[in-house]
Amino acid sequence: MKRRGGGARLGRWTWRGVRAVLAGLAAIGLAVTNVLLLVVAVVTLALTPVPYLGLALFPWTMTVIRMRADLERRLASRAGVLVTRPYRPPSARAVAGGWEHFRWTVTDPATWRDVAWLLPGAVIGLALGAIGVLVPLYGIAGLTLTPLWIWLGTGWYGYGAVWSVDSFVAGLVCVPQGAVILAAGLWLAPWLRWVDALFARVLLAPTKAAELRLRVTQLTVTRAGTVDAQAAELRRIERDLHDGAQARLASLSMLIGLADRLIDRDPAEAHKLLAEARASSGAALVELRDLVRGIYPPVLAERGLDGAVRALALSLPIPVTVDIALPARPDLPLESAAYFAVAEALTNVIRHSRARHGSVLARYEDGVLRMVVTDDGTGGADPSGGTGLQGIERRLAAFDGKIELSSPRGGPTVLTMELPCAL
Amino acid sequence: MRVVIAEDHALLRDGLTRLLRAFDLDVVAAVDNGPALLPALLEHRPDVAVLDVRLPPTFTDEGLQAAIAARTRVPGLPVLMLSQHVEPLYARELLGTPHGGIGYLLKDRVSDVGEFVDAVQRVAGGGTAMDPEVISQLLARREPLAVLTAREREVLGEMAQGRSNAAIATKLRITEKAVSKHINNMLTKLDLPPSDDDNRRVLAVLAYLNA
Repeated sequence: MKRRGGGARLGRWTWRGVRAVLAGLAAIGLAVTNVLLLVVAVVTLALTPVPYLGLALFPWTMTVIRMRADLERRLASRAGVLVTRPYRPPSARAVAGGWEHFRWTVTDPATWRDVAWLLPGAVIGLALGAIGVLVPLYGIAGLTLTPLWIWLGTGWYGYGAVWSVDSFVAGLVCVPQGAVILAAGLWLAPWLRWVDALFARVLLAPTKAAELRLRVTQLTVTRAGTVDAQAAELRRIERDLHDGAQARLASLSMLIGLADRLIDRDPAEAHKLLAEARASSGAALVELRDLVRGIYPPVLAERGLDGAVRALALSLPIPVTVDIALPARPDLPLESAAYFAVAEALTNVIRHSRARHGSVLARYEDGVLRMVVTDDGTGGADPSGGTGLQGIERRLAAFDGKIELSSPRGGPTVLTMELPCAL
Repeated sequence: MRVVIAEDHALLRDGLTRLLRAFDLDVVAAVDNGPALLPALLEHRPDVAVLDVRLPPTFTDEGLQAAIAARTRVPGLPVLMLSQHVEPLYARELLGTPHGGIGYLLKDRVSDVGEFVDAVQRVAGGGTAMDPEVISQLLARREPLAVLTAREREVLGEMAQGRSNAAIATKLRITEKAVSKHINNMLTKLDLPPSDDDNRRVLAVLAYLNA
């Protein structure tokens, strides 16, 4: 059992090294494209004063350079260094190839940082890629070439510490050296990728200012979503109150007034009216109760997330295991968002998954409230398909939260919802 | 019969007191907050306590907690909880305390004065008064109930609210013998040992539904 685990770890480690070596090889190739792109960029810049041609050409060149930079960002992320895109969102009036498009690319500092990265990026990529590829190659040479050459009698050769390999024994001594060098190369390769990625981050990641600008854009979008959702919610509440409870209370007071008039003249009729009034007040109470539950469930107010989800689970047609352990109660708006997100997720489970069992787990770790809703249903849930998952996403976006869905066909479905907060 | 009331809304508190007094029940204390409730219950040891689930100062489930605490200290203390909303979770917690009259009703039920006072008396007598809302929420839930016939389900609903066989017979317009036959069939189907104790019947049903 233990040996097998060690074997698997060794396999994973080797595979990681091999992948990094291949990535290094790709980096060498990409360094060449960098140089080509730099030439194209310089030519395009030189052509800018030419009417029509330069103006239109420049944004297209930048688009290609951005694609190259995006590729580098993706590679860096794969090597474990997260590099986000720094570009400003295009202005609404920008038409491809037009003046606005030109202005958008030229005024974005990220454009010039991309161009500035092309050459040093190529040099670093080439150097690190070459080291990453050559070291393991030298190891392989030690493992195979030397004994082979000795065997074939190809003559004088040196390897590692054994300079002048002129006997079969000396050739064999090269083998362990080759193994060590190959291992070192495989170990080194991922680190080289990491260093390369760190360098990419220097110029390709957003600056502090760009990061703030991106954040503002994102906040503007989520705020608009929140305001819209709130306005819709208020409209719904207003309509429900106006058409429901309010109308019922009006008819109630009318019935009582009528009964008051009739009580001496026709007590039997007055009794009938009072009975009707009671029924009407009962219906109004039911409507108000449902409305209150939709705005803020009483059990959530009384017991917090754990109690509310437990109560919700009791009302579901399938058994749902609830395991919620939080160090404290979150702020009310966040708690409410978390509850409704879980409720929506469970509704999805009941409606679509054909699950026989579900579970809700919630924990607070490292400043994040993490909730995981799992079911053993048929899977295949698609965030773009229904409004349910999008609703959850919007609800959590207001708090900078996000969702992650794993739902392979055949199940199981695991929905992870994360809300950054301080407890 | 001596009653302790806990209700923070002055209008409702007065209304409840007046209503119970009109039916010759003796309201010995009417408190309006959580901290005063438990001492009042322990001091007066009423024949029945009519309590709001949500009370000041925290407006959470203080009334419920006080009721559970009081019933642990005074086993069998009859308690009728009133609430703006009913929650099967709370019903289960109440029923988990030592035996004795238990009730859990929506505040709306007060408007049917006769039935409400009947429920108070039933709880005082060691019986049960569960809100139909709780029962229907629980009944709507579990698939195993599919084995029951429509009539049996009706009887189960009435039974779970705490009604006696005679009351169920009148309500459903069938004979008492038919009711007990339905109940026996049902308890067999649900794999529950038959029993004559009303409260135990509800406990058994709820325990089964919550399983």
